Amino acid sequence: MRNSLIILACLLSMLLSTAHASSDKSTQALLIELTTVKLNKAIPVLKALEENDGDKMLPLFNTLLKGQLYYVKSNKDLLSIEKVDGKKEYTDVFSGEALEPLATKLTKKIRVNNKLRRFLRDSIARIQLSSSEPESREKALISLLSQLDESTINTIRSLKVNESNTSVIELMDVAIAMYALSNSAEATERLQAVRTLDGRLENEVRNLLVSTVKNEADIKVKAAAEKSLASLEDRIENYQFVNKLFFGLSLGSVLLLAAVGLAITFGVMGVINMAHGEMIMLGAYTTYVVQMMMPNAIDYSLWVAIPLAFLVSGSVGVLIERGVIRHLHGRPLETLLATFGISLILQQLVRTIFSPLNRQVESPTWMSGSLDINPVLSLTLNRLYILAFALLVFGLLLLILNRTSLGLNVRAVAQNRNMAKAMGIRTDRVDAMTFGLGSGIAGMAGVALSQLTNVGPNLGQAYIIDSFMVVVFGGVGNLWGTLVAAFTLGIANKFIEPITGAVLASIIVLVFIILFIQKRPKGLFPQKGRAAE
Amino acid sequence: MKLNKTLKNMVVGASASLFTMGAIAAEETIKVGVLHSLSGTMAISETTLKDTVLMMIEEQNKKGGLLGKQLEPVVVDPASNWPLFAEKTRELLTQEEADVIFGCWTSVSRKSVLPVIEELNGLLFYPVQYEGEESSKNVFYTGAAPNQQAIPAVDYLMNDLDVKRWVLAGTDYVYPRTTNKVLESYLKSKGVDEKDIMINYTPFGHSDWQSIVTDIKKFGGEGKKTAVVSTINGDANVPFYKELGNQGVSSEDIPVVAFSVGEEELSGIDTKPLVGHLAAWNYFQSVETEINEAFIAQWKSFIKDDKRVTNDPMEATYIGFNMWVKAVEKAGTTDVDKVEQAMIGLSVPNLTGGTATMNKNHHLSKPVLIGEIQDNGQLEVVWQTEGEVVGDAWSNFLPGSKDLISDWTAPISCGNYNTKTKQCTGQSL
Repeated sequence: MRNSLIILACLLSMLLSTAHASSDKSTQALLIELTTVKLNKAIPVLKALEENDGDKMLPLFNTLLKGQLYYVKSNKDLLSIEKVDGKKEYTDVFSGEALEPLATKLTKKIRVNNKLRRFLRDSIARIQLSSSEPESREKALISLLSQLDESTINTIRSLKVNESNTSVIELMDVAIAMYALSNSAEATERLQAVRTLDGRLENEVRNLLVSTVKNEADIKVKAAAEKSLASLEDRIENYQFVNKLFFGLSLGSVLLLAAVGLAITFGVMGVINMAHGEMIMLGAYTTYVVQMMMPNAIDYSLWVAIPLAFLVSGSVGVLIERGVIRHLHGRPLETLLATFGISLILQQLVRTIFSPLNRQVESPTWMSGSLDINPVLSLTLNRLYILAFALLVFGLLLLILNRTSLGLNVRAVAQNRNMAKAMGIRTDRVDAMTFGLGSGIAGMAGVALSQLTNVGPNLGQAYIIDSFMVVVFGGVGNLWGTLVAAFTLGIANKFIEPITGAVLASIIVLVFIILFIQKRPKGLFPQKGRAAE
Repeated sequence: MKLNKTLKNMVVGASASLFTMGAIAAEETIKVGVLHSLSGTMAISETTLKDTVLMMIEEQNKKGGLLGKQLEPVVVDPASNWPLFAEKTRELLTQEEADVIFGCWTSVSRKSVLPVIEELNGLLFYPVQYEGEESSKNVFYTGAAPNQQAIPAVDYLMNDLDVKRWVLAGTDYVYPRTTNKVLESYLKSKGVDEKDIMINYTPFGHSDWQSIVTDIKKFGGEGKKTAVVSTINGDANVPFYKELGNQGVSSEDIPVVAFSVGEEELSGIDTKPLVGHLAAWNYFQSVETEINEAFIAQWKSFIKDDKRVTNDPMEATYIGFNMWVKAVEKAGTTDVDKVEQAMIGLSVPNLTGGTATMNKNHHLSKPVLIGEIQDNGQLEVVWQTEGEVVGDAWSNFLPGSKDLISDWTAPISCGNYNTKTKQCTGQSL
């Protein structure tokens, strides 16, 4: 009790000192009002704060935008509470100094809703216009493009005089031109504005041009706007094509990851492994367990999870091969049923251990967000990493199969088991290793998929059909076929989807594969020669 | 001989006492059937409701039961298998002679129960939000009808957020398709242009949302404020919100309002990408009323887990149960016809500080709440209707059901009465 009193006293003195520094009574009153005001009446308070003390309020607005602004119930002091690595960090909003922790009961969160967030973002942008960082200025300008009013434009005009960064100047010109185009009474000025805007890809520019084409009275301006708009649309279409291609590649990489393990067990060994999906699921659950064990280092968890998932799924794969599949050699139907049984057992096992509910796997910060190339084209980072990861795994697998003695043995056994045996290769061991390798890769796929979809007992079921589809389409026993098939199906799917919708797109792809297999039963790249028998 | 006699006496005595005990038991309990899936895909959601009913029964028994008798739960497991729902209902009504049934989650399971419960004149309380277009004499619908969830949510977006363009995104099955049909004609009646509405359906468990989110972004980037009304079901929501977050679509730009994302669904996922998006329900755990806090505390101690959450269908079960208890007390019997008539017009307090009233059409009056998703998996109320909205069994925005009303009181006593032809059309569902 005494402790908390002392803390409160500290807080109070700190706040008083900041209040003294700004020496503005009404700001102080507004800050207290902020803690009591109703959500739908908060905007005027924030507006007044911005007008009073713009740049000083920046940390407050940022904290509020992030939903980390709290106040002490007893004296209405504001503070920021942020959860870092599972621990709460208490800091002073304005100075950023660390504060003593307070009991949860003593503080209350200041709530925000979408309207407030929107206002805060715009307000921060207005304040940031005169920031010292060129990047912040650029960001501020971009977010202000959608609501240009006279005062903002005047600020931009006055700031432009001293601006040195070229891309910021360009954006300022765009803003000024946009304002001129929609507000200027002079046709020449509007024409000039259209010329300045020519070649910009921003969405706001496009919308403005569309409305100009529709409403413009002056023929010259209208023609210029039409021309700009046409070339703009052309460029946007090109970028959208690239975007679609990326989506296709990304879907293809997911298919590749899911299928490449199967390409080994099914393609090379000829085992119809219905439990392949569950190997993926085990990999995803390994990620979950790793994150549970290291909750403070989510950013690094994947690097631990990838090799671990390989080991977990790989050793389960070896166990299955030694325990079940070995005894069913050359009996595909029985293998199919047995592995299907194993898949059900594994699913139920996971349900019993982890509960039937989906588990929460967090995305590391470096995998969230997107790579913005221009206003039209942005590639999501998680997809980009997964695409790279899929290609890496594929490359490694090729290396193992073509450059190592294990690979040599695997290929030998796949081509002619008896001859390989006669040459002194321990086919039993090679079988177990191959199956373990295929399963291990499925486990690594699971780590990647945990970043895209739900981690639950049914995860594997969703991918088993797709995996078989890719392997069969690509040609059984051919890794390159799997690669080509995965990307073909991914891209085809993503190009059909916008036209027909997601449901019909997958049906069309399936029908296409059925027809294709009718024509070429051995897939895209059939094996030739004696190995094919 | 003597021994034999005593033995005989004992046996007779024992059997006699057994008999009387049995008789007492039969006389003194009221059987409450619980028809929720405890295994299969729906077990995730429905097990919670089974526990809720058991909790309510336990509490009622502590208060001394009902009409001087103890309540006895009869729990059966229809295993997420729709035809089995009908079989288990028959079992509950004929073998167990249950006086009332609390159960079902999906619409298809309710439709499967419907003919049996009507044939055997049972009583079912259905606690989940649904697409409407139904009213049976033997069913009380304690979840939301479309006008108690979807339409107020759209009103909120339209009036408070000035939304002008609409994406109606859903999973491809009955509930989203019917709801979207209702919403589409509602939006058009409000003057929204055809090309400002985009409708999109995806398969169950869809996980690759890249193109759809890009489409939504493009659709929303044309200068008018855009919102997504989502009837996307279950698992598919997580990758959808993740993709929105990754492509930089924030809740301030394009808010998503969902009808099937609640506390229970949020408890298993990473909520970071969802913060600020909206959900529409009739109850949130975060509502601060004394009655709600007591309910949450009771639930946590009953389930012996401090982390469990409460949700909207649980409140609907709570209201349904309390209402049934009150109706039985009012009627003085558990006879279905008498209880059914006693139900109409009854009011019990709901958990959000208002009262729930049973209307003539077997639907409840409920408040509609819009909440924003918070980073702790709870929903904060940002808007709510003034007072309660009366549930509408037949939507006024669908051509086929515009003229239909449901009124289970004399003289109409019909679930689908046509106000134009003045006839009970008999057009069932």
